[in-house]
Amino acid sequence: MTGLAGADRLAEATHDAGADRLERAIRRATDSGRPALAAFLTAGFPEPKGFADLLRAVSDAAEIVEIGVPFSDPMADGVTIQESSRRALEYGVTLGWILETVARARSSTPVVLMSYLNPLLARGLADFARQAAEVGVAGLIVPDLPYEECGPLRSALSGVGVALVQLVTPITPPERLRLLCTASDGFVYAVTTAGTTGGDTDSGQTLRGYLDRVQAASPVPVLAGFGIRSAGQVREIAGHTDGIIVGSALIEVLRRGEDPAAFLRRLRDG
Amino acid sequence: MSVARAEFDGAPSHTLDDLTAGRLPDDRGRFGPFGGRFVPEILVPALDRLELAVQEALSDPSFQRDLSRELRTWVGRPTPLTHARRMGEAWGATVYLKREDLTHTGAHKINNAIGQALLACRVGARRIVAETGAGQHGVATAAACARLGLPCTIYMGEIDVERQAPNADRIRMLGATLIKVRGGDRTLRAAIDEALRDWVTHPDSTYYLLGSVVGPHPYPLLVRSLQTVIGTEARAQHLEREEALPDVAVACVGGGSNAIGLFHPFLADADVALLGVEAGGTGDHLGTHAATIERGTPGVLHGAYSLLLQDENGQIQDTHSAAPGLDYPGVGPEHAFLESIGRARYTSVSDQEAMAARDECCVLEGVVPALESAHALAGAKRWAAANPGTRILVGLSGRGDKDLALPSGPRERERP
Repeated sequence: MTGLAGADRLAEATHDAGADRLERAIRRATDSGRPALAAFLTAGFPEPKGFADLLRAVSDAAEIVEIGVPFSDPMADGVTIQESSRRALEYGVTLGWILETVARARSSTPVVLMSYLNPLLARGLADFARQAAEVGVAGLIVPDLPYEECGPLRSALSGVGVALVQLVTPITPPERLRLLCTASDGFVYAVTTAGTTGGDTDSGQTLRGYLDRVQAASPVPVLAGFGIRSAGQVREIAGHTDGIIVGSALIEVLRRGEDPAAFLRRLRDG
Repeated sequence: MSVARAEFDGAPSHTLDDLTAGRLPDDRGRFGPFGGRFVPEILVPALDRLELAVQEALSDPSFQRDLSRELRTWVGRPTPLTHARRMGEAWGATVYLKREDLTHTGAHKINNAIGQALLACRVGARRIVAETGAGQHGVATAAACARLGLPCTIYMGEIDVERQAPNADRIRMLGATLIKVRGGDRTLRAAIDEALRDWVTHPDSTYYLLGSVVGPHPYPLLVRSLQTVIGTEARAQHLEREEALPDVAVACVGGGSNAIGLFHPFLADADVALLGVEAGGTGDHLGTHAATIERGTPGVLHGAYSLLLQDENGQIQDTHSAAPGLDYPGVGPEHAFLESIGRARYTSVSDQEAMAARDECCVLEGVVPALESAHALAGAKRWAAANPGTRILVGLSGRGDKDLALPSGPRERERP
């Protein structure tokens, strides 16, 4: 019998497990002199059948795999991810199926789920957190949950060692930037442009200046995302970010029936 | 329902006294557990600025002066309270209609549109975006923007553009850019999704002129503040005419802006019942109605925690109503709160009942109500049957010219 004190110690020990796994994965890339790559897949796209294999293939070519939970009203997403989400919902993809698939795939690459809040509320935050931890999910990004409202989810996740990643944007004021970076577990998601996913990324100096500000404010690694689609863009911001997140461009590769792993390698190795 | 509500147990348990004393929404935008601000981080600075501007404007005499001048000389306020004598006789009740259909552009939406357009000028917005369902908010926004010289873009679902063609034409005629939304459910919900995406893309220069008491804080507060003119006028007019308050105030509820506007000044009048009427559509199961309060469960859509029509996985469901302005799977958080504390009651009437009530109002009162407003009339008629001899105040939120092209007009239905 370990008793309550033992249970507390156990909770303490697992507390940062997800955040640690994410940080380690990112540092492995940056230590070898290149930005880490986080690859975004819409769960069950292009088809639920074979998605576990796709997950494994992409895992081999990236440091982190981000899985988008499809939602009927994805207000932060551009047309590409709206469309892939719609297709996935038509196939009947649910949060339950996603958790089962992650469990089945058992990839050694850390998995981060990206979900709008409502599907999580429908499952129940505590139940979701427990199940996500059980299948080995390392972190969670919730694009419609600002810091001020994240208390209940944060406490559900912190007990089970799943990281809650905060997003920052080019127009986040300096004080708030520090607050969000400090509150973020595993890494900070730096949105590189005003707009929905897949939009045009600001280029050049403005972008690099912004990423430098985020890095200066952040105790955890910084990953840049929203609208990154070419090796040229990656080269442009390498050295100003710890890694990049590729979403819409990867979904387009899948839609065209091309090899996602080859695309990711091209992006990474230029 | 209680399971999902428990997710926000940390939320304050507010009372009706908090509401009537002007303490709600609280500083986090909550009415009890409902409301809040669930938006992408990119919108947080814009909402912070808007919240500050709302506080300043609402307490600034010069803003109030500008607003009341526009309401008086351009919108046409105060609107009359009409004694509906023949309909009252038919129903066995004393019935008064608050005539928002007589405002400029023909619906209560203009009260909010001109107020927010003035606010947009005050905060230096260079461009306005808005969504519209029935087209009334789109027309009102286009008109207010024309008057104040603001460029404006209106998002309207493809289905609504077809079924409310006269309003789509009016929006274009008033100089606004009308964008037909072909994604999502192609009605009001998809239009809001798309307007939000526009705002997410232009958070600094663009003002989102939201048309109902929905969305993230401070919109439910802002839109309520601009719509309570309905209830304030109606309460005084009813007192003057009847030397008494009504026994019940009835309004249709989609997002719920005209209902909040009518109800709010009566909240402290414990003897005045408040009845919201939602769209019962054509049936009982998901997808055939828009009775969000009656049949919904709590969740987050379009920036607020409120009641929603959703499946067990939290996916928002398609809705149906013959009245496009009610065809929406969410509802304002203040309504969810009023229902939860029992201060207002909500019911629904079917498309058919609403159309019958519309026809009755046409021939008995010489007034053509919007199909949205006809839901309130149908609800009021049911109330009259259950409470004979009572005084009923109905919010007639808009006029029905826009609905004349709908396939189920009175003439078609009279044919055998």
